[in-house]
Amino acid sequence: MMIKKLLRKGAKSEEHAKYLAQLRVYDIYIKITQYLLLIFLLGIWELSVNMQWVDEFLFSKPSKIFNLFIDMMMKGELQHHIYVTLLETFIGFLLGTLLGTILATFIWMSPFVSKVMDPYLVVLNGMPKVALGPIFIVAFGAGYISIIAMALAISVIITTIVIYGSFKEVDPNYLKLAQTFGAKKLQIFLKIILPASFPTIISTLKVNVGLSWVGVIVGEFLVSKAGLGYLIIYGFQVFNLTLVMLSLFIISVAATFMYQGVSYLEKKLLSIHE
Amino acid sequence: MSDTLILLDRVSKRYHTKKDEILAVENIQLSVEKGEFISLVGPSGCGKSTILSMISGLFPPSEGTIRIDGQKINGPTSKIGYMLQQDYLLNWRTIEKNIFFGLEIQGRLNPITKKHTLYLLNEMGLVNYAKAYPNQLSGGMRQRVALVRTLATNPDILLLDEPFSALDYQTKLKLEDLVVETIRKHKKTAILVTHDISEAIAMSDRVVILGKNPGHINKILNIPMEIRNPLPLMAREQPLFQSYFQMIWRELDNDDKKTSS
Repeated sequence: MMIKKLLRKGAKSEEHAKYLAQLRVYDIYIKITQYLLLIFLLGIWELSVNMQWVDEFLFSKPSKIFNLFIDMMMKGELQHHIYVTLLETFIGFLLGTLLGTILATFIWMSPFVSKVMDPYLVVLNGMPKVALGPIFIVAFGAGYISIIAMALAISVIITTIVIYGSFKEVDPNYLKLAQTFGAKKLQIFLKIILPASFPTIISTLKVNVGLSWVGVIVGEFLVSKAGLGYLIIYGFQVFNLTLVMLSLFIISVAATFMYQGVSYLEKKLLSIHE
Repeated sequence: MSDTLILLDRVSKRYHTKKDEILAVENIQLSVEKGEFISLVGPSGCGKSTILSMISGLFPPSEGTIRIDGQKINGPTSKIGYMLQQDYLLNWRTIEKNIFFGLEIQGRLNPITKKHTLYLLNEMGLVNYAKAYPNQLSGGMRQRVALVRTLATNPDILLLDEPFSALDYQTKLKLEDLVVETIRKHKKTAILVTHDISEAIAMSDRVVILGKNPGHINKILNIPMEIRNPLPLMAREQPLFQSYFQMIWRELDNDDKKTSS
């Protein structure tokens, strides 16, 4: 009875109730299937290791990973590594977006600067930023700063290009409108260009979350003494593949949460826009 | 003599591109009196919008001078309000914030101007929408909001750049009446740019017929009182209306044949 009531919640009529119940049951089936698939995949993994179809030493197995997770959490080791990586990613992400927006603003303000910068942006954008790793280490030392610099390097150029592009795409008639009222360039930027590009800026946040993760993990591969990227490299060096799998798993969960957080922010902020 | 508010004295405008120099309008001589409503009609490419932009101070003429109230203009002034083809409301701002936009830019937003602007919104019958967002309004309502935004800065002159062209026919007719009524009530001077011959006759005191290549004035036609006095919708019913339509039509058609041959 309870279930039936829940399924029919908010119905306007008998027919509407049927329609709603149908939709909701469908959603429930999707959720159930998703969980079943996960359990099935983990089960297959566990089983194939237990039956010695694949090598446990190379592939580890879910139960072992879970035990290691509990063990390291109890000892308090894992928290520190998670904290370090999250902090680096977050700072890299914020700096990348902020700096990219500021650069785009400078370029927009002066068509001359924009023309001058154009080839530089093209080259910098084409270059694989990861290759800059050694230079960062030499310049900033083998520590957090190099890692954050890596995260920043990966996201800042593309952010600049995308946001500058959205600045340019604002309908010129809006600018004309502001000009007929006698608006100055800064007023046009603050009152028209920036708010009009707001949706693009928010959506680059989403891209930058992913890019910052790449930068931080690569940075940690190269220099760090702590963090999830460090755990992966360390686990690989001592051939503790369970540790590698665990780190991978935590990275995926953390990155997903961060992405969802930004998506939520996007919905909140853009609800007034459209 | 009545007072001249806007004077275009032998105005020409050339545009430059990498390969070419284009003479957009040549030797425009026109004076507009205070409180007058004039229309510029002509084929596309006759420089209607160029003339409007120069009067608004968006860019200077290449030759000649434009004076408003005897003063040469150099840049946009608060004496002029400009209405574009579309409403161009900022969709992230409420209607209220949209109509305050011009005042905000000019640093003149205060309780008195705010009150006056909301009074204008009330006049347009939209006061209940002050807190709504533009996407909640129909096309006609949005263009009325744009009219309020233009009037909010209290300009003496309204430049109307085909403000009805994006609307459906019925909305357009209603809005024409509203604009004429509002302009008369607030004693504004107006210049309308339009493709629509009927619109020009129904709304204005004088119709300026332009030709192209380069843009020049072909003829200036005075609209008689019988058509001028009633609001645009009624003006269309006047017996003389059709003959004026034909007069302008022939004028434009002749010019078309001349330039194409």
